[in-house]
Amino acid sequence: MNQKFSLNVNGEVHKVEADPDTPLLYVLRDNLGFNNPHFGCGLGQCGACTVHLDGKPAHSCRRPISQVGDRKIVTLAGLGTPENPHPLQAAYVAEQVPQCAYCINGWIMTAAAFLRDNKKPTDDEIRTALHRIKCRCGTHLAILRAVKRAAAMMG
Amino acid sequence: MTRHEKFATFSRRNLLKAGGALVVSFGAPLAFDSVHAADEATAVGTKPPLTPDQLSSYLAVDADGAVSAYFGKMDMGQGLSVAIRQMVAEELDVSLQSVKIFIGDTAISVNQGGASGSTGVQEGGRQMRMAAAEARRVLVAMAADKLGVPADQLSVIDGVVRGKDDAAKQISYAKLIGGQYFNVHLDWNGKYGNPLYAPGKAQPKDPKDHTIVGQPVPRDDIGPKVFARTNFVTDVKVPGMMHGRIIRPDTAGAVPVSVDESSIKHIPSAKVVWDKGFLGVVAEREWDAIKAAKGLKVTWSNATPPFIDQTALFDHIRSASARKHELGGKQAGDVDAAFQSATRLIQAEYQWPFQSHACMGPACALVDIKDGHVTCWSGTQKAHFVQEGLAAILQMPRDNVRVIWTTGPGSYGRNDADDCAMDAAVLARAAGRPVRLQYMRDQGTGWDPKAPASIHKVRAAIDASGNVVAWDFLSKGFSRVDVNTNGSNPKDTLAGQTLGVELKSGDGFGVPEQSYGFANKRTAWETIAPLLDRASPLRTAHMRDPVGPQIHFASESFMDEVAAALNVDPVEFRLRYVKDPRDLAVIKAAAEKAGWQTRPSPRKDQSGDQVSGRGIAYAQRGPTRVAVIAEVEVDRSTGRIWPRKFTVAHDCGQIINPDGLHHAIENNVVQATSRTLWEEVKFDHNNVTSVDWRTYPILEAAQAPRQVDIVLINRPEIAPSGAGEASSRPVPAAIANAVFDATGVRIRRAPFSPENVKSALS
Repeated sequence: MNQKFSLNVNGEVHKVEADPDTPLLYVLRDNLGFNNPHFGCGLGQCGACTVHLDGKPAHSCRRPISQVGDRKIVTLAGLGTPENPHPLQAAYVAEQVPQCAYCINGWIMTAAAFLRDNKKPTDDEIRTALHRIKCRCGTHLAILRAVKRAAAMMG
Repeated sequence: MTRHEKFATFSRRNLLKAGGALVVSFGAPLAFDSVHAADEATAVGTKPPLTPDQLSSYLAVDADGAVSAYFGKMDMGQGLSVAIRQMVAEELDVSLQSVKIFIGDTAISVNQGGASGSTGVQEGGRQMRMAAAEARRVLVAMAADKLGVPADQLSVIDGVVRGKDDAAKQISYAKLIGGQYFNVHLDWNGKYGNPLYAPGKAQPKDPKDHTIVGQPVPRDDIGPKVFARTNFVTDVKVPGMMHGRIIRPDTAGAVPVSVDESSIKHIPSAKVVWDKGFLGVVAEREWDAIKAAKGLKVTWSNATPPFIDQTALFDHIRSASARKHELGGKQAGDVDAAFQSATRLIQAEYQWPFQSHACMGPACALVDIKDGHVTCWSGTQKAHFVQEGLAAILQMPRDNVRVIWTTGPGSYGRNDADDCAMDAAVLARAAGRPVRLQYMRDQGTGWDPKAPASIHKVRAAIDASGNVVAWDFLSKGFSRVDVNTNGSNPKDTLAGQTLGVELKSGDGFGVPEQSYGFANKRTAWETIAPLLDRASPLRTAHMRDPVGPQIHFASESFMDEVAAALNVDPVEFRLRYVKDPRDLAVIKAAAEKAGWQTRPSPRKDQSGDQVSGRGIAYAQRGPTRVAVIAEVEVDRSTGRIWPRKFTVAHDCGQIINPDGLHHAIENNVVQATSRTLWEEVKFDHNNVTSVDWRTYPILEAAQAPRQVDIVLINRPEIAPSGAGEASSRPVPAAIANAVFDATGVRIRRAPFSPENVKSALS
């Protein structure tokens, strides 16, 4: 049974009608056209669907739309733009990080929240913070270089 | 916000009529006024047929002088498209920025084999280089005619042909041919796919004159991906599109005997598509399709559980009758006689499990069947082969099928992408609507074609002076081509197999590629039948560096075992037997860079649970050679291995883009580390039980090496060869040899998971 929801995505409010059990991922992708959170596992194991809910990384594949409430949703597209990139986005380009790039929502959105709360992290702290996020192409070293570069940019 | 894929708004009929050329705006008049002087023999307004013997099949010059390159291979994220642009720009003497590349669209490119065997630069680039050189030759000849200056008195700078002595005499490529098509015949070798080669009369540049090739050029697809402005294959939408899901049995081999459609009545728009063993659903919304697939009540046939006990896998491989036995590689001398007269025999067996591509997302495809024409968006590595597969399964002429490769959720070989395109086609035909199908995670990991499990038996005969006088290597395993490397034939796809096509399992494995010059040498492989012959989640096919990691895990671990048995340093021991100078160079370069200390393994100066060691392995892959040194830390109490550092020396001939190459090598090493330490497809009697990231763990960030040092050996005088896979293959043995160095214990079975290592150490 469809219900009406109001979602704040990347600073804009959108009205949608959806079944309350629909995961946020499908509402973002199918109802609102925010394609960039990807379906990776539907199980909260990989991170490909990660968005920020009130600044905290969340698996949109597991979060029913009925449990989002008025939390502010930010997707990778809302994190920054080529003209005004988030330091992690700039670092990702500078380090030429991705191979297939399907995983990047998980790494960038998680690292963005981590770097906001942790200035000058060590390599081990970064690795721990990014535990369980998957990259199948093996770009882990480039990811770690980019996170360190972004950390330096964020001072 | 929804960005419909731009191709979907094109009228396909117009596009096909125009030969798919993107250089000419559809419906817009050609700029004939600027090309009236062009030689009709070399420039025409109508596109010549899209065949490999036409220059226009590879290159075109737009009215504004921009160059379009049409490439029949795909870039799976290793920067191939930049490398090809560099090669084309170099030969044409145009700026890199002026070269656009169109990849993997069957309407505008010929079948150059797709992403396959690390041949993107080696074969695909070679062809594009020759095409570009020929285009330059033709354009200079046209300019000579027009300017009244002999061709050898002309040079080209940034797409402008000018007199060497009289720069006032000049004409641009745009003026010469912009907006028209090349009408130039190439000397095609008659082959499609990787071996396709169609040079013109021109010779490519001398490498010493290269200014664009060899430069570290960044990829142009990364920015759009990082700013979420790239449409992946999962993001393509067309009007009227439905979402599909496929339903697989709990017991592999079972087929539906009854389907209760009323069980999904409550889901609006959901429809069942059932034909023999093929079962799926379609619905208007993706979440509805997922719910319908999950909720549909299906009675399955009472299939006999098809699989053996996994603990007996390697016993099964050892005892199964060989379906095919073949010698491979260079054989030498009389191996059996040499073993008879040897003073010492060393032998070992190595074991490698089934592995899954387990791509970051399960495969996705969109198929639109309209007015007798088919359009498919797919993340496949081989769009032209999928075109053939779709034509076969839909029983339509191949020319009525267009496959548009669209960047997908990762690809390392024959993953689930081709199966998905074929399944989507069956759904779309039944639904009478375009259908977008994405598999679910358990299908992506559980039902993708697997890298084959195998055992490898190696023997060495040693004489009284401690020399290796004979070498005997045998791989035995499931076939690398149980299903083929592409989906061009329904028999090689789950759609075909569930619909009941006649099966034909192929046979193939491989032997080590190394230049060890043993006087007596035999290398051979054997394949065995699949455990389930139809629609099996353990069907086997190509996965990155197909059978390379397992073969060289065995050959290079064994080389280390022999060195240790003879108390010789592992690098020194290899240098005694390696014959090829380029092989010697990579081994020496890696050892030098890593600061290798000459001594036999294992280390004898450590005690306690925390130990460390170093190991080397090397291999060729075609003309490419790689040596890898691993430095590992081992926790004897937990069995946990951490490869802290790798040093790689890599020679793939001429380097086109060192930056792209560096990333390709680093990612290969890390992915191969994941396969070595963690990856094993688990199964029970009924089915594969590795179905997600918990049951098929891969490397985590914390387990990644701290450092990968890479020595790139550039040989501009040698044709560039593949780099997409080669550095995967020495990694497992390099790690195993380092673990031996650290612990004195030989690991002969992958993966080197903590539990496997702990049990080996105890």
